[in-house]
Order: sequence, then C-alpha cells, then structure tokens
Amino acid sequence: MNALLSQQNRAPLAFSLMALLLIAVGMGQSWPFALAIINLCLISAIMSLGVNIQWGYAGLLNLGVMGFTALGGVAAVLISEAPVLEAWSVGGQGMVVSFILVVITIVLAILVHRNMTSGWPRKAALSVLFIGAYFTINHFYEPSVLAIENVNPATMGFLGGLGLPIIFSWVVGGIMAAGVAWVIGKITLGLRSDYLAIATLGISEIIIAVLKNEDWIARGVKNVSGLDRRPVPYELDLQTSPWFMDMIESMFSGRLALLSDVERVTALKQLIIQGSSVFVKLCYTGLFTVVLIAILMLSIKALNSPWGRMMRAIRDNEEAANAMGKNVVRQHLQVFVLGSAVVGIAGAMLVTIDGMFIPTAYQPLRFTFLIWLMVVIGGSGNNLGAVFGGFFIWFMWIEAEPLSMAFMDLVTMGMDQASDLRNHLLKSAPHLRLFIMGLTLLLTMRFMPKGIIPEETRLHSV
Amino acid sequence: MPEFVDILNAIVLFSNFVLVPAISYGAQLALGALGVTLVYSILRFSNFAHGDLMAFGTMSVILITWGFQSMGISFGPLPTALLALPFGILCAIGLSLMFDKTVYKFYRVKKSAPVIFVIVSTGVMFMTNAIVRFIIGPSDQRFMDGTKFIFRPREFKEFTGLSEGLALKSTQVLTLTVAIIAVAALFYFLQKTRTGKAMRAFSDNEDLALLSGINPDRVVLITWIIVAALATTAGTLYGLDKSFKPFTYFMLLLPMFAAAIVGGIGSPIGAVVGGFVIAFSEVIVTYAYKKFFIYLMPESLEPSGLMQFLSTDYKFAVSFIILVVVLLMRPTGIFKGQSI
Amino acid sequence: MSYLIADQLRGGYGGADILNGCSLSVDKGEVAVIVGPNGAGKSTAMKALLGMLDLREGSVTLGGKDITHMSPQDRVGQGIAFVPQTHNVFAGMTVEENLEMGAFLRNDDITGTMEQIYDLFPILKEKRRQNAGELSGGQRQQVAVGRAMMTQPSVLMLDEPTAGVSPIVMDELFDRILEVKQQGIAVLMVEQNAAQALNIADKGYVLVSGANKHTGSGEELLADPVVRRTFLGG
Repeated sequence: MNALLSQQNRAPLAFSLMALLLIAVGMGQSWPFALAIINLCLISAIMSLGVNIQWGYAGLLNLGVMGFTALGGVAAVLISEAPVLEAWSVGGQGMVVSFILVVITIVLAILVHRNMTSGWPRKAALSVLFIGAYFTINHFYEPSVLAIENVNPATMGFLGGLGLPIIFSWVVGGIMAAGVAWVIGKITLGLRSDYLAIATLGISEIIIAVLKNEDWIARGVKNVSGLDRRPVPYELDLQTSPWFMDMIESMFSGRLALLSDVERVTALKQLIIQGSSVFVKLCYTGLFTVVLIAILMLSIKALNSPWGRMMRAIRDNEEAANAMGKNVVRQHLQVFVLGSAVVGIAGAMLVTIDGMFIPTAYQPLRFTFLIWLMVVIGGSGNNLGAVFGGFFIWFMWIEAEPLSMAFMDLVTMGMDQASDLRNHLLKSAPHLRLFIMGLTLLLTMRFMPKGIIPEETRLHSV
Repeated sequence: MPEFVDILNAIVLFSNFVLVPAISYGAQLALGALGVTLVYSILRFSNFAHGDLMAFGTMSVILITWGFQSMGISFGPLPTALLALPFGILCAIGLSLMFDKTVYKFYRVKKSAPVIFVIVSTGVMFMTNAIVRFIIGPSDQRFMDGTKFIFRPREFKEFTGLSEGLALKSTQVLTLTVAIIAVAALFYFLQKTRTGKAMRAFSDNEDLALLSGINPDRVVLITWIIVAALATTAGTLYGLDKSFKPFTYFMLLLPMFAAAIVGGIGSPIGAVVGGFVIAFSEVIVTYAYKKFFIYLMPESLEPSGLMQFLSTDYKFAVSFIILVVVLLMRPTGIFKGQSI
Repeated sequence: MSYLIADQLRGGYGGADILNGCSLSVDKGEVAVIVGPNGAGKSTAMKALLGMLDLREGSVTLGGKDITHMSPQDRVGQGIAFVPQTHNVFAGMTVEENLEMGAFLRNDDITGTMEQIYDLFPILKEKRRQNAGELSGGQRQQVAVGRAMMTQPSVLMLDEPTAGVSPIVMDELFDRILEVKQQGIAVLMVEQNAAQALNIADKGYVLVSGANKHTGSGEELLADPVVRRTFLGG
C-alpha cells in the first residue's frame, strides 16, 4: 500500500482514477454530459496551472483570478464580434481622444513623480494633474459613451470588436491579462502575502465592476451572446453535411441494419443529432487538450530550468535570495504576469465554448476561490498536481450537486412527504456543495498539506 | 447669492442622501472592521471568513426573531431582532469556537505562516457560507419590525416648511446607538480591565505575554467571543437597515477589510475611523450633486450633468479603490497599525 | 546548596547539542554572570533554565525542587523571571501597564511592588503614562527589568541587558541590578561586556562550546591571566 502511494505512483494513480470517474459519468449519465465536464476540466486545469505558477513556484497569493478570467473573456468578445461602425462614427473620435488623454496624464504623472522630490509640492502637483485630467477626459468621454450606448441599445450599444475568428482571442486574452497583471503587479507586489491577497481580490472586483458598468466595452450587464466565428463546426451544419451523415451511418451500420426502413430513418436522424453534439464537444476537447499540453510542457520545462530553480529558491527563502543579489520583486513580477496570462487564455477559452460573455457570472467563489482549491488540493508547486486538481475539483463541483441531492433524498426518505423540513432539506441540498468544497480544502490542508500530488522534494541551490 | 432657504434646503438634501445614510453604514462597517482587526492583531491572520461569520450570526438572529414573533413576543417600538441578538451572538460564538478548535488551533500550535491561515480561513468561509445558504436559503430576508421611521420626509417638510424632506429611520438611530455602546464597551474592556489589557499585551508581544504568565488559550477564547459578538451585532444592524442576503454579507468582507486597513490594521480606533472613511467615500463619490448645486448656484451657473464622480454602480468598487490606494501609499493606515 | 542549580545540562534545539555538560548555580542575594565567546551557548543555557529547550540530560532544581520538566509558564509561577535581550517590553502599552502585565499572575495588591519599582527606577514613575515604545533604549531596559520584578521573583534572569546602551547607562543599570540583589533575589545574567559584568559578579562562568571552561568569583576570573587574555581582551 505504501509503495502504491509513493511519490512516483501518485500521479498515474490519481489520473487513472480520474479517468475512471469520467468514464463512469459517460456510461452512467451520458457521453455529451461527460464530455461537457471534460472540456471544463481542461479549462480549469489551465487556470489551475496559471495559479500554480504564481503560488506554487513563487508563493504569491493572488486572489484576483476572477479578474484575469474575465479579461480573457472580454478578449473573446473584442476579437470575434463584428465592429459596430455606427458606434465608432458617433463616439469613436471622443473615445480615441479620451484614450490619448489618459496616456498623456499617465506620462505626465510619471514625469512629475520622477522629477520632483517627495513632499507636499509633489502631492499638490499630482492632485492638480489628476483633478484636471478627470474633468478634461470626462468632457470627451461621457458624451461619447452616451452616443455609443444609444446606438441600437437592444442588440448593440457598444463598439464591437474586430470580427476575427474567436480562436485568436486565446492569444489576445493572454496578452491582455498579462498587460493588466503587469500594472497590478507593479503596484502591489511589494506587499506582504495577505495584503497582496486582499489587494488582488479588490482589484478583481474593480475589473468586474468596470465590465459591468462600461457598456461600450462589452455591453455590460446586457451581456454579449451568440459569439460566433468559432474554431469548431456548428451542430446544424454538421447535421446537413453529407460526409458527417455518412460517417454516422457507417459507424452505426450494424445497429441500423436491424431496424425496418421507416424506423431506420428516424433512428438515423436521432443519431446524427446526438452525434453532432458529441462531435462538436470532441473538437473542443481536442483543441483544449492541445493547449493544455502545450502550457503544461512549457510549465514543466520552466520549473526545471535555472529560472524555475531560482524561483523556488526565492519562495523558500526570500531573504537569502535577496542577499544574493536576486531582484525578488522583479522575479515576482515575471511570474505574476506569466501566471495571469495563462489564466487569461483559459478565460478566453471559456467564453469561446460558452458562446457568450456575462459579466455578472464572474463570482469570486467560482472563479477565484474554486481555482485556489484546485491548486492547493491538487498539489501546489507540482504542475501535474495542479492539472489533476483542475480536473478533480471541477468534477466535484459538478457532481457534488447531484450527490448532495441523492444524499438528501436518502436522509429525507423516512419523512412525511408533505413535511416542511423535508421540502426545505431537498430544496437546500445544492448548497451542500460549497460545504463539501470547504471541507475538502480543510481536510487536505490538515492531512495532506502538500496536496494529492505533492511537489517533488529536491535539493536546490540559488 | 443663494437665499438662506436654499442653503438650508441644500443642507437638508445633503443630510438626507449622504450624511445620515453614510453615518449608519459607517457604524455598521466599523463594527465589522473591529472584528477583522481583532482577529488580525491577536490571532495574526486576515480572516476571510469574517463576512460569512456575520451572515451566520445574523441568520441566527433572524431565525430566533421569527420564533419570538410566532410566540407573540415583541419589543414594542423596537425591532424584535434586538431581543434575539444575544441568542444570535451565542450561536456565532459557538460556531467560531468550533472552527477554532477543529481548524485554527492546529495551525496556531504549529506556528504556521499567515498565508496558510488565509487559505484555511477560505475553507471556513466556504463551509460557513454553505451552512447559511443551506439553512435560510440564498434569497433576501427582511426581519425589521417595530416603528420604521422616527420622522418621514413629509413630516419633516410640514414641520420645517422647507421644500426638501429629511427621513430618519429608526434603524439608523438604533445602529448608531448600539454601535456607540458596543464600541465604548469594547474600548473600556481593552483599556481598563485586566483581561482586556492582557489581550493587548498578547497582541503587542506574544512571547513576553507568555513570560508574564498570560494564558494564550484564554486570550484566544475571549477574542473569538468578542469577534463573534461584534460580527453578529454588525450584521444584524446592517440587515435591519437594509436587508439580509448571504451573498451581500460575503461581499461586505472587502469594505470591512478596507476599513480595517485604512484605519491601520490591528488598531481598534483605526477600525472605527476606517469604517466611517470607507462609508463616507462610497456615498460621497457616488452621489449625484446636481440638485445640491441647483440650490446653491445662481441659475446661470446651474450644472447640466448629474454632477456625479462615479456612477452608483461603482459604489462597492470605491472601497476597493481606497483600499488599494491606502495599501500602496500608507500601508500602516491612518492610525499606525501593525507594520507590514 | 545554591537556590537555583543547573547540573550537567546537555541538549539543543533538535539538532546537534549546543550544551555539552554545562553546570550553573546561583544563590539568593548573589549575582552570577555567564560570559564567553559568540556561539558558546550562553543564551541557550539561560533558555534551558527557563524550560524553552529540550534537555537530553541533566537537571534543574529550584530551592531543592526538581523543575527539569516544568513548562516555562509554570516556572514563571515558581518565581523565575526573565528579561529577554530584545522585544522585552510591550511597546504599545504604557509603562504602568507594562508593570501591571508583569504582575498578571498575582491576585494580591500590586501597588506596593509597583512603588518599589518606581523607587528603584525613578524615571519610570515620571513616564508611567507614556508608551514603552516611545522611551529611550536605557529607559526601555528599566521597564523590562521592572516588568520582570513585578512577579516578586526569587530568581531574575537577564539576557544581555546592556546590549546597545551607552556606557553611562550600562553603569547605572548594573547599579540597579546590585540593588535588586540586595533585596535577596538571585540574579543570573548573560553579558557581552564581560569585564564590567564580572566586576559586579559574585560568581562568573566562562562557557566555551556549551561547557564550563572557567568558574570562579568575579574577582578571581578578572585576575586570571588566561581568562584575561582569551576572553577579556588583555
């Protein structure tokens, strides 16, 4: 038993078990459902890898995961939606002017900050600059925003995007997240661990607040749905494509041959509809797997490189690393940007598969804390652990609900059908999944503090 | 020059929409932030489960209030929830001590890093959140009874003859009264009693406190009792004033952290001041001053826009912005809290 | 038989032994000073007496009672008071509150003891409403000693009480320590300023590598040419 649970065997064992669980869902519930879980597992695994780069490699407690996920999501909208030319013509100019003014303000602020010595004159100068800038920018910004949001508000009311295939947003989402992470990192990475956590949590809420309220970016709470230009075929197209119909027919020829002609036509139609849904999901599975493996390979390579060794050395003993002339803050900024970029990529992928962008759906429990559970429970510092955590926790998150329902059914079996308590218990059962998640986290922290697939212990030097 | 009446009207308008709401919200945040700051200075971690502890305490108060109401017990013009408050506090104390014994104590004995505490506190956050949603459900609950208003805008207008009305809800007065009592009691306890001083000593220098014979287990126990009492009181006042919804209470975590940090984390006075700073900033920055200036400005200078710095939707974001700015500019806060 | 006796102590912080058979003793109304080179285990020996160290061998007795396995808190209750080298006051509390906290375990009236401390350190009475963190280094040391004295201890242990204070303050502090000794308290201290400390010591221990190298009265050690050459800089 001990040999079975040794470090080398843990990963294969855990992944085999995960595969069995997913197969069981496929057989027991349905294959499209299992595939839907798998696709989200893959995205979760990528997010978890991103957070692991920050926490596992460098010990940075980033609780702003939700913000970077949402940035990736916005990228998907900005890349794939067609540009709204009317909106550009009424408000584009004002927005461009505002943007230029923002850039000028920042440049001026930096110049003032650099060239004046600290003290009240500098503070006063900066205050005057910011207040002046606020009113000047608003002069151009507000009317433009109003104009843009009034362009066909029911369906548009935003600037639109570039009208490119959405798959480009996977890269752009990563870059956008990285850019914002650079700014955030620049200002917050000097803070102590739990302050960093609070600051990043707050900043991610600010990002969501902006996305909810600045309708000109991505329609705010009016949502953007029906995103197309996706990298995989549409179900309806498949159902009318001869090659697909032929493929399904030949795959199930044995079963179909047993039926009468009339039955065969309806059965085939049914199979084609089901098949198209499975096929589309499989396409996504394939694409996501490629992305996951690519990022995983890069992560493993990075972790074992001199850079990765240095990162771990800094994490384990910041003071010593500092004393040896390593620029800790700069290295932290690197990992913070890298990890956030990976999360951004996953955010764009998530919106791609959903086909819509809903700012209100970004909730810290689901998009920040759940990802943290994945890393901590999977095994922080170990890339395979993070991937496993992504799979396992997402699976739990989905399956905990039916499980709690089943559990409550069992508990309430003996009760009177009409009793209030029974109804309440059944109605509240879904909330148990949060309980299960919290309990899993606490149990892991207590009894397996290094996670299910722990970081390999190795000797390293700075 | 505006007429005297216009100035009065402007002041009443400002009081009605900014001053009075911000004071009561500030008092609620201050009580919440006191809890955050006490956990931070004595147990030495940022407690991410504090918002949910508040939700749990408030939920207990609501359930007991309903119980009292069904038994026909009421508190006259005051809300029945006030009668239920002590029992709700007991429930919150029970939950806190249970989590301390089963979760935090282990890491305290091991002297784990603060980050580990933060992570386990998120585990506690998940569980508490689930318990609350499981018992009372995720939706809005109102449990305010008794007299709603001390005076209504119409009554105020009739009384003063001004064209602007001023409302004073009984919950607002209640909030301030209870908050003042609670804060005064806490400060008396910390400054004047032996146990309170021992808690400050423990927070100041744990090793020396041990050398002086102060019992750490007792300090921790009393801290949780106070924190649970403060959280339940804050949550109940907030719920009476507005309404109770588990998600809102979870989200209150950030303004409370902001208040504690702005004031100087670890400093009780700082937490109180920070609570008001955050509350006032939120309300002031998102209030539309158009009408206010119409009263004060000559007609030719009347503002055309809403005269609002940020749209009301950004209300929550304001506290985060202040939090981030303070963390960057003066991480020790207004009242020099524990250094980073 | 001395009041506090440490006999043949061996042990460390889990790794290699730091104490290798070190023995110390001090009687009431006596000042014993531990000196020695850096890393000799001076502070460790003191921690062993406080019970903050895992002892593999040896015993500690206080007034004839074996306290080898007693927890640090219980030893405080038994009359051992300790002044750490650093972080030895409650910086955010007033001088008076510092003294009160020192007497936390006592349930009797402490005003008399507090007056005694103020007599010993008059400056503290003047600054009693001020936060200890705002005082000068020397005054802070006085608060630290005062806090320890509030338990009315039978043994007072000080870890380098004069580290970082000026020579004038050091002399004053040593004078006060002699006064404490005259109250019939056993004083044990670790000192870097070996020559000055041995001047006021009834007993001196020179520790090297966790074991006693030289033992004798303060005068004897100061007169010993080997000790002078090796440890006192000539």
